[in-house]
Amino acid sequence: MADTSYLSKIRNFSIIAHIDHGKSTLADRILEQTETVAKRDMEEQLLDNMDIERERGITIKARAVRLKYHADNGEDYIFNLIDTPGHVDFNYEVSRSLVACEGALLIVDASQGIEAQTLANTYLAVENDLEVVPIVNKIDLPSARPEVVKEEIENVIGIEAMDAPEISAKMGINIHAVMERIVEAVPAPAGDPEAPLKALIFDSYYDSYKGVIVYIRVKEGSVKAGDRIRMMASGAEFTVVEVGYMGATDMVPCAELKAGEVGYIAASIKSIGDTKVGDTVTSVDRPAAEPLAGYREVNPMVFSGIYPADGAKYVDLREALEKLQLNDASLTFEPETSIALGFGFRCGFLGLLHMEIIQERIEREYNLDIITTAPSVVYKIELTDGTTVMIDNPTNYPDPGTIAQAYEPMVNAHVYAPSDYVGNIMELCQNRRGVFRDMKYIDETRVDLHYELPLNEIVYDFFDVLKSRTRGYASYDYEMMGFAPSKLVKLDILLNGDIIDALSFIVHSDKAYERARKMAEKLKIHIPRQLFEIPIQAAVGGKIIARETIKAMRKDVLAKCYGGDITRKKKLLEKQKEGKKRMRAFGTVEVPQEAFMSVLKLEDE
Amino acid sequence: MNKGLYIHIPFCRKKCAYCDFYSVHHSKELAERYTEAVIRNINAYGGKFDTVYFGGGTPILLAEHIGRMLKAADIAKGAEITAEANPCEMEPHTLETLLKAGVNRISVGVQSFCDKELSALGRRHDSNTARRAILAAKASGFDNISADLMLAVPHQTRDSLARTLDAMCGLPVSHISAYMLKIEPDTPFGRNPPEVPDEDSTADMYLQTVEALAQNGFAQYEISNFAKKGCECAHNLKYWRREEYLGIGPAAHSFCDGRRFAVARDVGDFINSPVQKELLTDEAPDEYEERVMLGLRLSEGIEESLWKPFETSLRRVPKNYYRIENGRLSLTAEGFLLSNEIISLLLADQ
Repeated sequence: MADTSYLSKIRNFSIIAHIDHGKSTLADRILEQTETVAKRDMEEQLLDNMDIERERGITIKARAVRLKYHADNGEDYIFNLIDTPGHVDFNYEVSRSLVACEGALLIVDASQGIEAQTLANTYLAVENDLEVVPIVNKIDLPSARPEVVKEEIENVIGIEAMDAPEISAKMGINIHAVMERIVEAVPAPAGDPEAPLKALIFDSYYDSYKGVIVYIRVKEGSVKAGDRIRMMASGAEFTVVEVGYMGATDMVPCAELKAGEVGYIAASIKSIGDTKVGDTVTSVDRPAAEPLAGYREVNPMVFSGIYPADGAKYVDLREALEKLQLNDASLTFEPETSIALGFGFRCGFLGLLHMEIIQERIEREYNLDIITTAPSVVYKIELTDGTTVMIDNPTNYPDPGTIAQAYEPMVNAHVYAPSDYVGNIMELCQNRRGVFRDMKYIDETRVDLHYELPLNEIVYDFFDVLKSRTRGYASYDYEMMGFAPSKLVKLDILLNGDIIDALSFIVHSDKAYERARKMAEKLKIHIPRQLFEIPIQAAVGGKIIARETIKAMRKDVLAKCYGGDITRKKKLLEKQKEGKKRMRAFGTVEVPQEAFMSVLKLEDE
Repeated sequence: MNKGLYIHIPFCRKKCAYCDFYSVHHSKELAERYTEAVIRNINAYGGKFDTVYFGGGTPILLAEHIGRMLKAADIAKGAEITAEANPCEMEPHTLETLLKAGVNRISVGVQSFCDKELSALGRRHDSNTARRAILAAKASGFDNISADLMLAVPHQTRDSLARTLDAMCGLPVSHISAYMLKIEPDTPFGRNPPEVPDEDSTADMYLQTVEALAQNGFAQYEISNFAKKGCECAHNLKYWRREEYLGIGPAAHSFCDGRRFAVARDVGDFINSPVQKELLTDEAPDEYEERVMLGLRLSEGIEESLWKPFETSLRRVPKNYYRIENGRLSLTAEGFLLSNEIISLLLADQ
């Protein structure tokens, strides 16, 4: 019989919180309490590694850290804190991170109460049999109402919350109580270290020296350097070079990882595609009979074309995408060509936030100017010849005459907001072709509105508009629910008579007229006046349904050169010339990058 | 080859609301020391000049000193020597002093013949003063008189502009500079922008001016400059033809020995330095780009070897904005209005 006494001293947990409710700050405080990080190494929000994560206050990728805690009962414990991504786009990653734990700390802001994202992730935790440990944060705020929030947690989630620690992560109040709650409330892991190996992959990243580093939670068995391992879903096999655990500031190699433990494997893995989140690692020599439940392929939901602003930077863009993909298996890309934009890539993303993050990282980390085309979802089209095609690029939309039936992806969406805003939210959802399903009161003042919505109505600016219509009080969450028949048309934009393929997109026929009109108006604002008049037309199947005109420019001249100051004039021209390089010439029309972005946000709010 | 000489006189009695030229209040003592500094610099640089231009500021405020400055310079016979003048300062004896000093061309800051517009611009003179000043210059013996006009100024309409142009053409001037008002950030107008005609009206006023002046015998030879036959400003032509000029005084610009440089906007520093301190603005200006950019400001345009390289880009420019005659490419009046856009478009593809 294997010795499993070590298991009683392990606590594996994650933290669930809404953006800004203090997850990262609490994680920092916990690290301080355990003195895992020397004070001098303490950087604000240690777990969020990327610049973008720090700026936006969200976690994009999961992180894990191992801590030692000396509890009041005199025993030493090992805490494995697994941080989870905090956005609906990364729902699947969240669920896998949770499965690696036995418990989850639920952080709720003492003044704001439960938000949609929190609720969605809490349900995920409950579904996966995690012990949810509520914690009320920000009690230092004047508007804090911890008793009300505790009641809300009990009513809404149905868990005991009256003894939840009331803390302020920011001020460092009552953190010790959190540590003790983790010891008491989070169950110790179970598992047999001598059973065949079953380890869950919950994250991975590419290291240029060691190859892909795979973050695992060992459920059964053990793994050590020299072992042959197999990824059960992808079938790929490797020899383990190193195992270890994640210290707060560096990786710490160890002899082996046993059931119940959290750590990493390095096995000279070249491609992150071989280490899919949710896959099960087993032993080649003594494989497990069944993989762990819950693995699925993650498919990109939102697609858009990414083009270098300067065509000569095509190769640089490809290299940037390749490098980003090393760490982000959910990013897909393949070359595509646009008449308007030249050579670029059609990229697939988990959602709009994921898309924005990738764009931002290309621009920031790789210093490339890019043009992004309007995002599109994947449509399913049944053709009259009986075949079915999936369309993620409006340019490839089939001729209407060959379409038997078009389908668009739908989502189940939940909006959580104060009841005062129900009218505004319903109006918005109705505008977005939503079908009302249900409305529940979370408490006297807050509601949970359930709608079925077409994905293409929410990928552009739904969240922005939702926030502005509810003064920032609403939050929302959605899950995919498959395809539904729809009446779709392809909307083309013509500048000076030429179709600009990069501006085409697929829209529901009831929305075509409105969208065409708004796009034409936006383009009129964002395309500068040029040497000649430019008609902007929006057309469906060759029929013009909206039109605007950009008047010809009349005056752009430096009338006077001050006392022979030629340099000043030259600098002006130089700037203007540079500006031209940032524009895309379509035939004779020059279109600035902002014009492409402007059509993504059509709601004037 | 002879150079142009530009001497900046940075003194004004009052600053106009739109002007961001460098100027300060002046005193007798300052004028004296300034003159000495100019002379020191003329001696230090040397060179021979066939045009001289006193710009400002208000050069006529230093009328008594101009003779001494000119004596210090080696000036070719028959050189064009211009001084800018404010109508308020054009007393007969002052004009005579200028003539005696050798000044043979006077450029009068008229700006408008509409009093409402003049006061909005912060000018000290009214339309009658301007009229009398030009007549006084003629009477004193100036044959080459230039007048400055401003377009698209506050209160200006097509009608008021027509009256100004009529008045101007009725006076004995041989050269007219017509500048569209540009609001500069570091001026009273920049800090407190007045209501001015919009882009379309401004363009219309410009074309109206070109047409009215042509009817009165003033041919357009540069974006903002018009002259009776043979009265083009030789000094300004040097700027556009990329010939050399030396600028003396704070904020003056030079193009000498293939370098472009300027002098800091600081009278004290200029007066106290043995030789003015040159601030390089362009160490090695690109000759081709400059020839295109400067040449296309002129009605004579640029020769074929200069425009051939961007012949294909030229197709993107509507035909009414340019003409090709005798192998030379030049912009029409409508084209001048869009010259920044056109020139940057043509050069961007290089």
